[in-house]
Order: sequence, then C-alpha cells, then structure tokens
Amino acid sequence: MSTPGDWDDSLTTPPEGAVEASAAAGDDTAAAAGDAGPAVGQDEWVARHGERRSRRTGLLGTLEARVAVVPWWAWLTLFVALICLLPVGFESGYIRRVAFDTVVFMLLALGLNIVVGWGGLLDLGFIAFYGVGAYTYALLSSDQYDIHLPTLVVIPVVAIVGGIVGWLVGLPSRRLTGDYLAIVTLFFFQVFLTVSNNGDDIGGESVTNGPNGILDVDEFSFFGWDLPRSTSEGLFSVSYLYVALVFFVVVYVALRLLNESRTGRAWRSLREDPLAAELMGMPVNRLKLMAFSFGAAVAALTGTFSTALNGSVFPQNFEFPLLITVYTMVILGGAGSQAGVVLGAVIVSVLLEALRDANDARGLFYVVIVLALVAAFRASPKLAIVLGGTIVFGIVARLVAGGIDDAWTVGRVGDEGGRLAEWAAEWVIVPARLDGWVPPTAYIGLVALVLCLTLVRGWLRIGLLVPTLYLAAFVWENVLLTQPESTRYIVIGALLVAMMVARPEGLLGEKRVEIV
Amino acid sequence: MNLLAFDVDIFTQLTLNGLTLGSVYALIALGYSLVYGILKLLNFAHGDVFMVGSFIGFGVLQLLGGSVDPVVPLWLLLVLITAAAMGGCAMLGIAIERFAYRPLRDAPRIAPLISALGVSFFLAYSMQLLFGAEQRDYDAFSMGEGVLFFEGFSIGNVRVPLLRIVIIVSAFVLMALLWALVTRTRTGKAMQATSHDREAAAMMGIDIDRVIVFAFVLGSALAGAAGVLFALRAPTFAAIGFLVGLKGFTAAVIGGIGSIPGAMAGGLILGFAEAYTQGYVSTKWSDLLVFVLLIAFMLFRPQGLFGKADIKKV
Repeated sequence: MSTPGDWDDSLTTPPEGAVEASAAAGDDTAAAAGDAGPAVGQDEWVARHGERRSRRTGLLGTLEARVAVVPWWAWLTLFVALICLLPVGFESGYIRRVAFDTVVFMLLALGLNIVVGWGGLLDLGFIAFYGVGAYTYALLSSDQYDIHLPTLVVIPVVAIVGGIVGWLVGLPSRRLTGDYLAIVTLFFFQVFLTVSNNGDDIGGESVTNGPNGILDVDEFSFFGWDLPRSTSEGLFSVSYLYVALVFFVVVYVALRLLNESRTGRAWRSLREDPLAAELMGMPVNRLKLMAFSFGAAVAALTGTFSTALNGSVFPQNFEFPLLITVYTMVILGGAGSQAGVVLGAVIVSVLLEALRDANDARGLFYVVIVLALVAAFRASPKLAIVLGGTIVFGIVARLVAGGIDDAWTVGRVGDEGGRLAEWAAEWVIVPARLDGWVPPTAYIGLVALVLCLTLVRGWLRIGLLVPTLYLAAFVWENVLLTQPESTRYIVIGALLVAMMVARPEGLLGEKRVEIV
Repeated sequence: MNLLAFDVDIFTQLTLNGLTLGSVYALIALGYSLVYGILKLLNFAHGDVFMVGSFIGFGVLQLLGGSVDPVVPLWLLLVLITAAAMGGCAMLGIAIERFAYRPLRDAPRIAPLISALGVSFFLAYSMQLLFGAEQRDYDAFSMGEGVLFFEGFSIGNVRVPLLRIVIIVSAFVLMALLWALVTRTRTGKAMQATSHDREAAAMMGIDIDRVIVFAFVLGSALAGAAGVLFALRAPTFAAIGFLVGLKGFTAAVIGGIGSIPGAMAGGLILGFAEAYTQGYVSTKWSDLLVFVLLIAFMLFRPQGLFGKADIKKV
C-alpha cells in the first residue's frame, strides 16, 4: 500500500537516517508480494529484501498487516460489487456511462500490462489492436457486408484475430530489442490509422468507410436476447456495464492465473534480464510473441463490447492520446501489478472525467494540493507555515493587485459555483480580461518554479513553495480551467514524467531491487 | 497516371520538393541521432521541440512587426527568428534533459522512453493551451513584397524560388557547421568518445554530464532551426510535432541512428521518397508506403545505412 511517507524524500529535507526509513516505506508492496518466497529466476537475497526491513508498528502497522493478508479475490469481489452497486445508487445515465468507460479502460490497462509490465516490452501499437478488435467486430456484425454473426461466435473470433495480429506485429521483436521494437509498433499504429482512415477506397472498395466510420453495428445478443443500449426512458442501459464487468472479471482471473504459471514467471525473468533469461534456456522469442499476442487479444476483446455499445466505429476513436492515457494508467498504478493497473485506470479515468467540468476540476485541484501538502509535511509546523503563508500571500497579492488597478480583480471565477468558487474568487487574482502575454508568462513561470522546487532543499524550498502554490492557483483558475481539453492531456503528460522520475514502480507496483 | 510518359519537369519539381523536405527532415533527424548516439535514448519529445521552435519563430516574427511590415531588413528578420528559435529550443532541450531524463539515466531502458512520451504530450498540449490549436502561418509570401517567391532561377520550366534556396542552403550550412563542430573541436571529440563508450570516456576525464547537455543543446537548436525553415513553407500548429517528429525519426533510423552522416542521408532519402510517392503514386497512401518501407528496413537492416551492427558484449 502506498503510504503518506512516500512523499517525504521528494519534498522535505530528510534528517539523518530518514532516507533509509522513507526508502523502506516505499517498499511495503515488496514485502506483501515477497511472502511467497523467491520466485524462479529471482535472487533470494533480493526477493527477501522486503522481509529484512523494520516493519511499521502501532495502529497503522497492525492495519497494514491485516490489509496485506486479505486475499486478492476478496478485493476483486469487493471492487466488482462496488461497481455493480453504482447504477443502483445513482439513477444517472452519466455515472453509468463513466463507469462503463472506466471498465473499458481497466481492461485496456490489463492488456497493456501484459506487454509492458510483465514482458517489459514497449508496445506503442497497443491501441491499434483495440482498433483491430473494434473493426473486426463491426465488419462481422453490421450491414457493411451484411454479416451478422451471433455474439457468442464473434467474440472469440475477434479475440483470436487480435491475438494473431498481435503475434504478427510481435514478429519483429524476435530480432529487435527495446527502442527498435517501440518504433516498429509505433509505425504499425500509424499503418493502422492510415488504413482505417483511407479504407473507404481500397481498390475502389469501401471497407472501413474511412473517416465516416462504420455505423449501425449490431448490439450484443445472447441466445436470441438482444441487449438494448438504452432503457425505454433513454437512460444508459446497465446491461452493458454488467457485460463489461463479466469480461473484466474473466480476463482478470485468467491473467492472474497466467501470471502465476510457468509462463508468468518466465515473463518476469525476461523483463528483468532478457539475456540472462535466454541463457537459462527460456524460449525468449516465443515468450515475447506470447506477451504481444495476449495483450493484443485482450485489447481486441475490449474493442468488441465498446463497439457494440457505441453502435459505430471511427478511426478517430483510436488515436495517439488514447495510447498515452492507457500508458499513464499502467504507469501510475504500477506496471506489473494487476491490482495496480486497475487502480490506475480508475484514478485516471475519473480524473479525466472530473477535469471536464470546471467546478469539479476546481475542487479536485484544491483537495489534491492540500492532501499532497499534508502527505508531505504530516502534522509538522511546516504544514501550517506553508498553508498559512499561501493564504496570506494570496490575500496580500490580491489586495496589492486590486490597489493598482481594479480591473485586475473583478473577473469572475466560472459561471456558477458553489462555495469553493466564491472562496477562490475572494482569494485568487482573476482579472476581468487576460492580456495576450499574461497566460503564457504565468504558465511558463509556474512550470519553471515547479522545476526549481525539485532542485532546492530546506527552508528555501518552503519559501519557494508559497508563491508556487499561489501561482498554481492563479494559472489553474485563469488558464487551465478555461481549456479543459488541453488541461486533461497536460495533466496526463506531467503525471507520466513525474511518476517515472519520482516513483517508477507506481502506486501498487513492486519496487525493483537491482543488484550490481 | 501513365508512368511511361516521363515528364522531366515533373521529375525536377518533385526532386526539388524532395530536397526541400529532406533537408528539413535531416535537421530533425540529426537531433535524434546526436542524443541517441550518446544516451541510447529515443527522444520522443524531439518533434515537439521542433514545434516549439516554429512557434518561437512565429512569436518573434510578430514582435518584429509581422511579415508584411517588419522593422528590420528581410535578411536580418530571417536570421533573427531562426536564432531566437534555436536559442529558445536549446534552453528547452537543457530543461528537458535536466528534469525528465537525467534522473532516469540508470533506470531500466523503458523508463526514459515513457518519460519522453510524457514530455512530448506535455509540450504539445501546453502549446495548444497557450496559443490555441489553430494554424499559424508565417506568411512568407508577404515578406519583402514577395521577393522570396518572385526571385530565384529556373531549371527547364521549373521555377526555383528564393525561399527554397534559402531553406536548402541554410539547412546545409547548419549541417556543415555541426559536422565541423563534432569532428574538429574538443567538445565534439568528447562527444564522439562518449558515444563510443560512455564509461571509458568518463574514466578518461570527460565530463559526461556536460557532453550530454551539449548534445541536447545542439540537437534542440537544430530542431528549432528546422521548425522555422519548415514553417516558412507550411503553416505550423500545436499538434504538428508528432508526425514531423515521426518522420525525422524515420530518417534517423534509415540512415543508422547514432550516425551523423547517416541522419543527413536518411533525411534526404525520406524527403525524396515522400516527394516521389506523392507525385507518382498517391498522396493518400504516401505515408503508408513510407511506414511500411521503414518496418521492412528495420527488419532487414536495423542498423540503418551507415550504422554499425550493435554487438552486445556480456
């Protein structure tokens, strides 16, 4: 489990000895995962690394130990039950749709995790497999060629087609390592996009209808029962959410078993050191191809029900930002950990949804800032200094700005707003009109300040943190909230870099211990 | 189209297009190769540095009075916007290296690649946030009352406007400068040594950090220049970095990533390939042909034209 202590070494100056302590705090998952003893291909000393560090005591420690013994299937049941209850609790089509999209993302993250997390291969063509699945489903059950296969036939067919395409794309991985593989898969992605976009004229025949997409794709139907997309009142139909959840549970359990099998262990050893794995006699090429194929099959499978629900498929559904989003989910949750990537998918999906709405985004911003500060400083006087300092700084800055020119502070925060918006309006400088040079200057200044924060230590950092936080609030209210579409992806990009630098193992991932 | 009716003028025009496009691709490819040679890192953010360069050029152009009525003479205007873009991108390159790649230098190889994807995304959408998604046109046609388009010379019936001469000549001058820098100066030799064997170079007293920063400065400055040269002919926009970056990177791979002459040759080859397929085959499928060609290339000669096969010692 992630603990608040993880932020320690990045935000404050650790006193003597705290470095080891915080490093150990980040390792809790290693302990939880190391209980089974060393796996094949792992060094015993490394594998038992987690057991040697001092454990947390007291209430938190007890809680942690209790949580660690809950079996994975119990977590899974709890999690799925919670999602199942969502439509019961909320009579809102919007919530159901978001829940459905989140399940789609969870499945995509699980699929990508096979390739990236277990196989250690950088697959930049992953979304193309999702697209292949979607298009295959659409072609096999729509009026395009007037083929309407039964759902129960078409689903395995799509998964197999996806697996075969993945296997073919993975073929170069036999000769290529690391970066080159990333390039080939990225180019495959481009090839897929070009073909699907230009597929309205392949030798005069329209196969994919190009940018216009394939419309009127069949809904799922099991044993003669059609699954309607929406209820009679036009509300999002829950059945697709449940179908998606069934897919999710099946895939999750299957992958879980796969990961604990011989193949799973072989993948991990491949990821840790391909050369050593090969010398130990593992069929490296076959393992890589399997990872590709399994990942692609899961992606293609996901393509079936998202297409069945949408009733249409367009090339624009499978573009680069989607790939990066799924990568962020895997990295944030922890590549290699199934529970991790599911958690990552939930967080990122909900985050992206929240950023659509200015009021949600505002609330999220302040909550995250305060939580991050609390996590960083715990209950120390520094927390009060930073929080108090920022609030005072804001009030003073607003007074000064208002004193110079009224136009600087009379702007409105958002359209309608809630109490938080009112408070924000009283505290943050919101000019009536932003001059052309203000947003870029403020934004670039903010990025520069945040980067500087990572360089300085001690009181200087705390001193710098106060104006940075205020500037962040200023930029958030004035610049970022006005363009949610860009903001969503900026957050994704920044998250990706920050995770790689600060916590490459992700929230629930296993920290890798390297022996030299 | 009837291929048998070979038209010299069309061929000359396509060759000219290929040369213009290829010289810009070569500049971008050099940035990938310089960094890859030293860090063995595919800098996915490089295409977005290119995009930022074209935006800096556009901003400075507006500051200097716009293309219709600039406050300085035309030649100085072009020099100034290029220099600003190169300087701005060099600083951006330093920042990217310092904050996104340096902390990951000893991490597994997949880590900096993912970080690079994040940087690329961050840059593209930050630009979109600040300056919008619409296209920015340098409006080179209005510069100096159209002198860039009306001056020049002819080959047969094909007109070679001054603008193309400026683009091709500046690209080649920059490449020659880079070549001189890498082969003649001490820092350049340090770069070569580092690229050959980083650890051994460090033991010989070469400051590796400095060399790496220098590679980023050079590569990013070239990308900035490429951004301006590209945007003189075609409008630029925030999302352009991805596709152009992909092309530059293809060029670097064709030439043999890590090799400087390879990047130049690869850029030109890609430029010609693209121009000829567009002219003789189809504009729609030209990207596809390029990508399929590249995948085949990667499979049968992954080290590229000028690269050396990577022999791994254990």
